[in-house]
Amino acid sequence: MHYTATGLDNRKIAIWAFIGSECMLFMSLISTYLIYKGKSVVGPFPHEAWTDPMTGRVFHGILDIPVTSASTFVLLMSSLFMVLALAAVQNKHVPKHTTGDRILGSSRLWLFMTALAGTTFLGFQAFEFTSFVHEGLTIRRNLFGSTFFTLTGFHGAHVTAGVLWLLTLLAIDFKRGLTAADEMVVDMCALYWHFVDVVWIAIFTLIYLIR
Amino acid sequence: MADPHTPAPVIDPSHALPPAGESTAGHAHHPDEKPHPTWKQYKWVALILAVITIAEVWIYYIPAFVASRLFVPSLLIMSAIKFAIVVMFYMHLRYDHKLFRVLFTGPLIIAITSVIALMFLFGQVALRLQ
Repeated sequence: MHYTATGLDNRKIAIWAFIGSECMLFMSLISTYLIYKGKSVVGPFPHEAWTDPMTGRVFHGILDIPVTSASTFVLLMSSLFMVLALAAVQNKHVPKHTTGDRILGSSRLWLFMTALAGTTFLGFQAFEFTSFVHEGLTIRRNLFGSTFFTLTGFHGAHVTAGVLWLLTLLAIDFKRGLTAADEMVVDMCALYWHFVDVVWIAIFTLIYLIR
Repeated sequence: MADPHTPAPVIDPSHALPPAGESTAGHAHHPDEKPHPTWKQYKWVALILAVITIAEVWIYYIPAFVASRLFVPSLLIMSAIKFAIVVMFYMHLRYDHKLFRVLFTGPLIIAITSVIALMFLFGQVALRLQ
């Protein structure tokens, strides 16, 4: 047990303090994007079409809202899977009588589903980055490219770390089985995962939807 | 050697630690914490989040609304609602100890204030004021 004078587990205090510091990191990246928004000299631009005066090539607005909406939905659902995984670990000691109870009480299933949803989100992001590069937007192309790839790349790195964390928990669950005593370990991972989700909620609105 | 005249330390019962070896699993962790939501509540939260996301994308495709002054505030409000729902229900901030609320909302307020200040100094808000 790792308790402090407050009666609270120090690991949970640490993860909340870490999440607080991560708020500042992502807000600095978001503010950099917003400050440079609309100040790119050359295209491609996020929403507006642009014709290159040197080559005559036409660049359409580069953001693909339907694809990003789908990836946003996947990430939102991953948060549901994560809370179900945590609840399953918390209620390991509760007898399961029905098939529904056994499905809801399967921490392996929900941890796997969360990791799968996270990996799917990363797949969407890889597709998006690749298509942007094919359309001429690189991190060095303009201010939009620099700030966009930095912000979404940092978020993607956080999702990757979260997926690795989830897969580690899944491996432990398969090896020896997660019990109610492991609740705090899963809770810390869940808090990190939900934080990654709320950061994307902000990014999706501020970067993708607001023109 | 401990001084026999020194009084034993008084422990606040609300902060007493669980006996050695006893699991804290379950839901009642700390006297200041409330029970977490049930899976049915989680399901409703997910549904609300999905509906708000659909509404956000839907208004993006209405040219008249995009051109109106309501577009940006609407998106910001919906995004803030989604953010708050995830933090309160999925991250259990509504149910957990208030110290966690302070650890999260403190830096968040500083960060949001910084973004707003920077937007007034260097961003599109600054350009409109010139």
